[in-house]
Amino acid sequence: MRKLWFGLAALLALPSLACAADTPANQTANPPGNPSGKTTITLASTTSVDNSGLLAAILPKFTETTGVAVHVLAPGTGQALDTARRGDADIVLVHDPEAEQKFLDDGNGVNRQQIAWNDFILVGPKDDPAHVAGGHDAKAALTAIAGARAPFVSRGDKSGTNALELRLWKAAGIDPKTGGDAWYRDIGGGMGAALNAAAAMRAYTLSDRGTWLSFNNKEPLKIVIEGDAALLNRYDVIELSPKTHPDAKLAPAHWLAVWLTTPPGQQAIGAYRLGGEELFHPSAANPK
Amino acid sequence: MSDFATLSDAFGSREFWQVVGLSLSVSLSASLAAAVLGLPLGAALAIWRFPGREAIVVAANALLGLPPVVVGLALYLLLSHSGPLGGLDLLFTPAAMAIAQGLLALPIVTALGHRAAEDNWAAYGDALMDLGASKWRAVPTVIAIARAPMLTAALAGFGRTVSEVGAIIIVGGNIAGYTRTMTTTIVLQTAMGNLPLALGLGLVLIGLTTMICAGAFILTGRPRS
Repeated sequence: MRKLWFGLAALLALPSLACAADTPANQTANPPGNPSGKTTITLASTTSVDNSGLLAAILPKFTETTGVAVHVLAPGTGQALDTARRGDADIVLVHDPEAEQKFLDDGNGVNRQQIAWNDFILVGPKDDPAHVAGGHDAKAALTAIAGARAPFVSRGDKSGTNALELRLWKAAGIDPKTGGDAWYRDIGGGMGAALNAAAAMRAYTLSDRGTWLSFNNKEPLKIVIEGDAALLNRYDVIELSPKTHPDAKLAPAHWLAVWLTTPPGQQAIGAYRLGGEELFHPSAANPK
Repeated sequence: MSDFATLSDAFGSREFWQVVGLSLSVSLSASLAAAVLGLPLGAALAIWRFPGREAIVVAANALLGLPPVVVGLALYLLLSHSGPLGGLDLLFTPAAMAIAQGLLALPIVTALGHRAAEDNWAAYGDALMDLGASKWRAVPTVIAIARAPMLTAALAGFGRTVSEVGAIIIVGGNIAGYTRTMTTTIVLQTAMGNLPLALGLGLVLIGLTTMICAGAFILTGRPRS
């Protein structure tokens, strides 16, 4: 009997051991399918529109209208564009003007349209060691943070937020990676991971407002800088070029682009609120 | 994003049970396939002597440490529409996740299955041959004789698959309602700062895997020893 319990205990420990493994060839299985009988398109998007709950709130309305189901991948702007470039998505929704331009210039995308905007904010510890809270100048705040050697968390993941952060450092004339007292911490993760890290390290970080509002672990953090024109955050939908991506589901993807930029989609975006706040301001008619 | 914000919401939500169901069906099918291939392979490696046998045994053991994220990435590049197997249209599907997890479980099942078969073949091999069994017949016989360690091998494979997130988040894409599993949900909820919910889901996952492993163990029974 004793042996049996010992064996049982050893087995119970197995899942957590999960030491590692892998290798050659093998099988497959056929687990649950997608909603069959329906067209399904794959949308590669930035994390913020997904993690904030926006897409989950509005896409069912699109599916109801058109019968087209949307699979959402939300890896961040850089990876979303890469995914589409490799032919693994049918449409993208991202927020990094420079990376988008390159995607268009390379012949991957066509018909970029802004669907909504909000803004980026600089968040930091409530005790504000760099004394930047309350300002409206992101560049000056970064300069002060670098001067104080206050901990700063960078996404470091080629996301739209990361790209803006790097542009702001450049505009401030600072190379944060030099100096080496580890105040600048490149965590190589998503927005949520960066906010978790900033909360744990009592560090500053740049966040989009949508993710910040929907984030539930902000205890030691607060908004320190907002309202700088340089912190404008634009979300664009880009269709794929039929020349470079003839196999993509271009027609239903086009319907999604149309829906997002016309009154039904625009109203759905504007109606999405979290804690009473409008997270994304529809702007297809008047792009920012 | 999920339609449940707390663990008690989760139990009443269809989405949650869909996530649980997908986790179990992907991991069980992957580990079952790994067992169906790996246990006979492990037994065969103990029974037959042929050139290269040692190399396969070493490879199976060496690959016990293969990183899931690397398997996921390699499979991603293979299954991508710009990769060699893109035409199969498997990327970002549950099938791709099962393949990744099966690849991760196979060396574990093979290496542990081989170890179990080796001992029993040393003890009973001559007797089996004297009784006139062929080596082909000896494979299922050895597995049956060593069924307790063989089950442990299969459960180790299941433990590997059900707890894994690095590979499936790459080849599955964590698509809500389609390729979102328990482990990728935990990653997502952690990213959204819902740490208590993420931890609660983790405990549910541990509870489920524990019940499955214990259940399999008890049902199979242990040989007298």
